Amino acid sequence: MIREILWWIFAAEAVLGALGMVLSRNPVGSLLSLVVTFFGLAAIYVLLGAFFISAIQVIVYAGAIMVLFLFVIMLLNLGHDYHADLRRGVWLVLGGLASGLIGFVLYRAVRTPSLELPSGLTSPLDELVQRQGAVGVIAAPLFRDFSVAFEVTSVLLLVAAIGAVVLAKRRV
Amino acid sequence: MIQFPATNVPLHQVQPLSNTAFLIASVIKVVVVFTGVMVVVAYLTLLERWISAWIQDRLGPNRVGPRGILQPLADGLKNLVKEEMYPAKAANIYYILAPMLTGIPALMTFAVIPFASPLPIPGVGVVNMVVADLPIGILYILALTSLGVYGIVMAGWASNNKYAFLGGLRASAQMVSYEVALGMSLIPVFMLAGNVTLTQVVWAQQTMHLWYALPLGLAFFLFVVSAFAETNRLPFDLPEAESELITGYHTEYSSMKFSLFFIGEYSNMLTASAVMATLFLGGWDIPIWQGDNMIMIAPGVVAGAEPAWWKTLLTFGAFATKTGFFILLYMWVRWTVPRFRYDQVMHLGWKVMLPTALVFIVVTGTTILVLDALGIPYGLGFGLILTVVNAVVAAIFFMVIDRDRVISGASAHDRRRRRVDARLAMPVAVEEPEPAGIRD
Repeated sequence: MIREILWWIFAAEAVLGALGMVLSRNPVGSLLSLVVTFFGLAAIYVLLGAFFISAIQVIVYAGAIMVLFLFVIMLLNLGHDYHADLRRGVWLVLGGLASGLIGFVLYRAVRTPSLELPSGLTSPLDELVQRQGAVGVIAAPLFRDFSVAFEVTSVLLLVAAIGAVVLAKRRV
Repeated sequence: MIQFPATNVPLHQVQPLSNTAFLIASVIKVVVVFTGVMVVVAYLTLLERWISAWIQDRLGPNRVGPRGILQPLADGLKNLVKEEMYPAKAANIYYILAPMLTGIPALMTFAVIPFASPLPIPGVGVVNMVVADLPIGILYILALTSLGVYGIVMAGWASNNKYAFLGGLRASAQMVSYEVALGMSLIPVFMLAGNVTLTQVVWAQQTMHLWYALPLGLAFFLFVVSAFAETNRLPFDLPEAESELITGYHTEYSSMKFSLFFIGEYSNMLTASAVMATLFLGGWDIPIWQGDNMIMIAPGVVAGAEPAWWKTLLTFGAFATKTGFFILLYMWVRWTVPRFRYDQVMHLGWKVMLPTALVFIVVTGTTILVLDALGIPYGLGFGLILTVVNAVVAAIFFMVIDRDRVISGASAHDRRRRRVDARLAMPVAVEEPEPAGIRD
């Protein structure tokens, strides 16, 4: 009961934040709406029992990335010339097509009677969290079953970071 | 490796809280903790002024009430009734939102900190003495801290003032940099405690019979320094450096909005002190005595010692003492150490703190793995071996960053002085004499 009420509140918050992000004319306003959306999503993750994801959601997205976004936007001092970025014609059609596809997938997902448990998850999340701790639930499969994928991803990120530094150095 | 819950401790079946009782207890806890934090924050401002007066040999606030004890009330009243100033070209919504965004996350963080042992209430059940015992514990605090930056950056941007803007930018750069070191210095704690829930970190320290400040001393030091930077306290108060930026990001704020920034700063300080006490000084654990080693592992099940109301009171006293110690440390440092230069702050954060924290993670992780492989059980012996390892690493670290200033003492300084003097004595070699005593 109380979970449902909270769900509606945070779902509304997330949707309103997303709308604000798209519709806001001020770049800073857009970013802050995006933080609101991420915060609402984090709250919904908590309601689902996925505490770790919710914390990481806020720390990674709302924290680090957004601060960097603020840096860029405030230092660039974007004016009001965004009208030039809005394109008509083909872009409108393509955008509509993409939204339609996403809507269709979402519709199918909502209509599916019950979702299967993800691989490696044998019992409901609440019990696992009780037994292994919120971080253990993520850490055990990540560092045991999928450790190769994890390491490959981290190497990829490292390459990207080094590449960015090298490219930035060349300009100076 | 730690086993949770430990297998060899007695379990006590106690009366679980009914749903209604849980709701009422939670509401009472929220109200009491929130009010308590607000009152403590108000009196921290007075304490800060008393301590600064004591350090600078002044009298300090002494007019409102006996010994100035009612000064926070007078300040609060003044801030409430003072005229509010709006800069003509400020971005209005963001200008008003910014102090809220600073104040609210700062007040919310205290929710996950356990401040006493579980309290049994006859006829009702056992109440856990933490507002919300979240499974993510410390990650919640990190998440809210990273939200707290927004208030400051937004205040700087929305004020439409160059000094305020520079303050906001400094705040964002500094807090992003030190958040990394802060998180990295926490990882050894999690590896040792096996969990991020704060109640279980306290329990892990109780079952080790050793506070983590000893086996993880270097992490403790790094955490304290990063926490100073995260709370924007001197020597890291560059966002509001008075001598350069007027008062930085809150230059354009007056009355209660300005006050809200202050409430945010002091409640951040309070929370940081409480977190340091919980993670590294055993939280509400009373040293030596074993009668308070308990944890509520499920509604109605308490492991370890039997809960009692007087134990709750005593452990709260222990928690308050440890938190108070860190608050005094904060204030003592503020009125003793001068402010860093901006490049020094960045150098320290990225080139000293972060690599050290990473090396310490590797060392601690390896030690724990080796000890596990040797079959040494989690306990006092485990902790003492880690303490020795930590002492070696910490000694190397302090020798390197000290650069002959304190540890090698005056003799090294004298040697250098003699060297410089000898060079100055030779008339040919003097082209550009290095000033004695100044070294980068």
